[in-house]
Amino acid sequence: MSRLSKFYTFLVFLFLYAPIVVMIVFSFNASDSTGLLEGFSVKWYRVLMGDRAIMQALYNTLILAVASSVAATVIGTLAAVGLDKWKKNWVRTGVMTVTNIPMMNPEIVTGVSMMLLFVFMGRLVAGSGTLGFGTILIAHVTFNLPYVILSVLPKLRQTDPHLTEAAQDLGCTPLKAFFKAVLPSISTGILTGMLMAFTLSLDDFIISYFTTGPGFQTLPIAIFSMTKKRVKPDMYALSTLIFFSILVLLVLINISQARGENKRARQYKKGEV
Amino acid sequence: MKKRSALAHKMAVSPYMLWSALFIVAPMFFVVYYSFTSADGGFTLGNMTQLGKYTDTFLRSIWFGFLATFLCLLIAYPLAYAIAKSSANVQRTMVALVMLPMWMNFLIRTYSWMTILQNTGVINNILDALGFGRVKMLNTPGAVILGMVYNFLPFMILPLYSVLAKLDPSVVEAAQDLGGNSLTVLSKVILPLSMPGIASGLTMVFVPSVSTFYISQKLGGGSFDLIGDVIERQFQQSYNYNLGAAISLVLMVLILLCMAFLNRFTSGEEEMVV
Amino acid sequence: MDNNVIIDLRNISVKFGEEQVLRNINLYIRDKEFVTLLGPSGCGKTTTLRVIAGFLEPDEGDVVFDGKRVNGVPPHKRPVNTIFQRYALFPHLNVYENVAFGLRLRKLPESHIKAKTAEMLELVNLKGFNRRNVASLSGGQQQRVAIARALAVEPRVLLLDEPLGALDLKLRKDMQVELKSMQQRLGITFIYVTHDQEEALSMSDTIVVMDEGEIQQIGTPQGIYNEPKNAFVADFIGESNILDGTMRRDLFVDFSGKRFKCLDKGFEKNEPVDVVVRPEDVDVVAAGEGMLRGTVTSVTFKGVHYEIIVDIKGFKWMIQSTENQNVGDEIGLDIEPDAIHIMKKSVYSGRFGDYSSFSEEFDELSDPEEEEDI
Repeated sequence: MSRLSKFYTFLVFLFLYAPIVVMIVFSFNASDSTGLLEGFSVKWYRVLMGDRAIMQALYNTLILAVASSVAATVIGTLAAVGLDKWKKNWVRTGVMTVTNIPMMNPEIVTGVSMMLLFVFMGRLVAGSGTLGFGTILIAHVTFNLPYVILSVLPKLRQTDPHLTEAAQDLGCTPLKAFFKAVLPSISTGILTGMLMAFTLSLDDFIISYFTTGPGFQTLPIAIFSMTKKRVKPDMYALSTLIFFSILVLLVLINISQARGENKRARQYKKGEV
Repeated sequence: MKKRSALAHKMAVSPYMLWSALFIVAPMFFVVYYSFTSADGGFTLGNMTQLGKYTDTFLRSIWFGFLATFLCLLIAYPLAYAIAKSSANVQRTMVALVMLPMWMNFLIRTYSWMTILQNTGVINNILDALGFGRVKMLNTPGAVILGMVYNFLPFMILPLYSVLAKLDPSVVEAAQDLGGNSLTVLSKVILPLSMPGIASGLTMVFVPSVSTFYISQKLGGGSFDLIGDVIERQFQQSYNYNLGAAISLVLMVLILLCMAFLNRFTSGEEEMVV
Repeated sequence: MDNNVIIDLRNISVKFGEEQVLRNINLYIRDKEFVTLLGPSGCGKTTTLRVIAGFLEPDEGDVVFDGKRVNGVPPHKRPVNTIFQRYALFPHLNVYENVAFGLRLRKLPESHIKAKTAEMLELVNLKGFNRRNVASLSGGQQQRVAIARALAVEPRVLLLDEPLGALDLKLRKDMQVELKSMQQRLGITFIYVTHDQEEALSMSDTIVVMDEGEIQQIGTPQGIYNEPKNAFVADFIGESNILDGTMRRDLFVDFSGKRFKCLDKGFEKNEPVDVVVRPEDVDVVAAGEGMLRGTVTSVTFKGVHYEIIVDIKGFKWMIQSTENQNVGDEIGLDIEPDAIHIMKKSVYSGRFGDYSSFSEEFDELSDPEEEEDI
């Protein structure tokens, strides 16, 4: 990279990371100000650990993310496998168009539209108070599904169409052939989709905000109600912790990817000789 | 045998089809239904006729969204190009670094900007110490747009990066070989070839910018209401679902129109660029 | 019919929607035979293979294996295995596990699997490749893994779908020899699909020439080359000059305005026929001598011989000769009676045979990897 582009890259990353640096620095602030540094302390981390509501919200968020990403992965992978073999006709085009709706629509509209459905149905069935874990789970599965489908479909297209046949040829039943030949070769796509779904679910605020009730608070919603008032550095402490866990995760993924690539490159060279 | 496997494939799609009918298509109908009914369920055009008083808000949202999208493109393109030009390992690290902030809660990131921009914030403290005096930055339109650019910039960088990384270097060399200088190569070869990435980046930034509701409240101090704020209030404060639905419907249609315009650049229905 | 027939296709027809892909195919294959299905892309050869493998059920007709009808028997229960066009190796498994795949499904003891896999890898010269990732192998090596994988489960019949199509010319020649000797050593029936006539001629015991979903001719390589049944076969196998002629009576045929002696009989008196003369069977003589006289329009050096195009009354003949000629010269041509082959008129008559332009033929043969055959 030239000097100029290095400098430019540095500036953009400075912009991207400025608020994160501020957040990390102030999470160690001795006072409860988020604007003025008054000495170093880890007391906000202690406060955070003692905050039952936050810990409950964290727990809720994780449960929701796991449940919704797993459900979306199962339904979405099945759908992708079926759609891949589906001949191009209006049904397929229709399904693909519908799949794009949650990705194209503004999140607020998705959230609001589901809220209307839940509220309407809730009135019909139970009177009120329908919004809660069930509804937010449905909402998360719904917005996760397109990401799973769209990361599995290209993988399916890349796999050799004769793979299933080769497995059947060697003695697999059609179902077994799917599990032994197709599934392993699209597993990276499935994993990507699931990870994407998981992180989207963890981070989602807007759709959650419209589809959950007071009985089920996720972390982003807890943060939202706190930022309505004055934020205390314990929120920063929480975000700092999340930031570093994701950082570690990314570094690990990066290293393993780099290793895999180098190994493959080495093997390929050997194969050529 | 042909037919049996076709049936199995249809069965595999059916849970998803049922799910999307119930939770993607049906909610869209409810938006329309609520838009044209009153609170007691009767048909009315009243919600639509009320929309006139939000014209300013709509215009402001679109204007801010447009500015933020344009700024994102301007900032992101050189960066994406620089990343795409670097070595494989550097590319991986850079992409990870671009994505990392997206996984931080956006409320916190936005709030953090508040503390940076406020009159007693980091920037103003520095300016003050240097003797420039304090500048009002928070609660201005600039702050709102900055919030949008900040939050949605990665959505522009990533699709641009992915088309630029796939760009065949020999195409660029061919253009140079045929006598193009850097500027013509950029405008006649690189830019046209990165159109799909540009289009998808524009959509991915424009849609959330136009419809945001938190950024404007925090960084604009409530004086620059956006359409998202209005919708949020209808649903979470005044509980006027019918009016809220009507505004959402119009927002949706407006965005669809903008996308139809943008889609002229793109090709390929199911491609995902991120 | 012999009793050592292993596969018998009876009146097989297959339709894809409106398109008739196979039309009334009748074919029997003997045990331990090397049979090649030969034809241009879209002729139905791969479809025939898929019918035998069980990936496709015929709309009409019976597939008989060892005297038993096997229609409706799924692929995993048929004692045949396939080598796929692009090998279809499992990318998530290493070389060893790919070869062991079929054995594991049969729940064989680990020691047996190990021995068999080692034996197979040795057979295909891939000893020591056990733990290699299949993606890191070259095309030829992947091909060998595919062969080892299919042979490991000891099929009675091996189906090969253009297995050498993706390899470069040199490697293809080597593999042809290797496959043939492997087939003879193992005593397995090979059914081989290709569009390469040279490959078919050099490897097969029996060649089945197909076009437009129908079998055009079944025979030995020599039989097919020397006695093509119609203009299509004559044109597809080797080079040929195909002319309109009239059978005057037994042993005498008229074409190119002259009467020739030939060895064919059994036609009607004055029956219109197609006459085939192979380019290497034409002798060049001085102008004025010989039966025919024409003008040289082009000469191409081919190494062992010259390829000479001669215009005789507007028909462009191809002649292969070891002697060079000058473009524009008048030369005489002589044809021995045993060099003339007479065919009955067919739907293919008049579609082939003239060498005024031979680019079309080259187009078809030049890119074997591109097409996904049906």
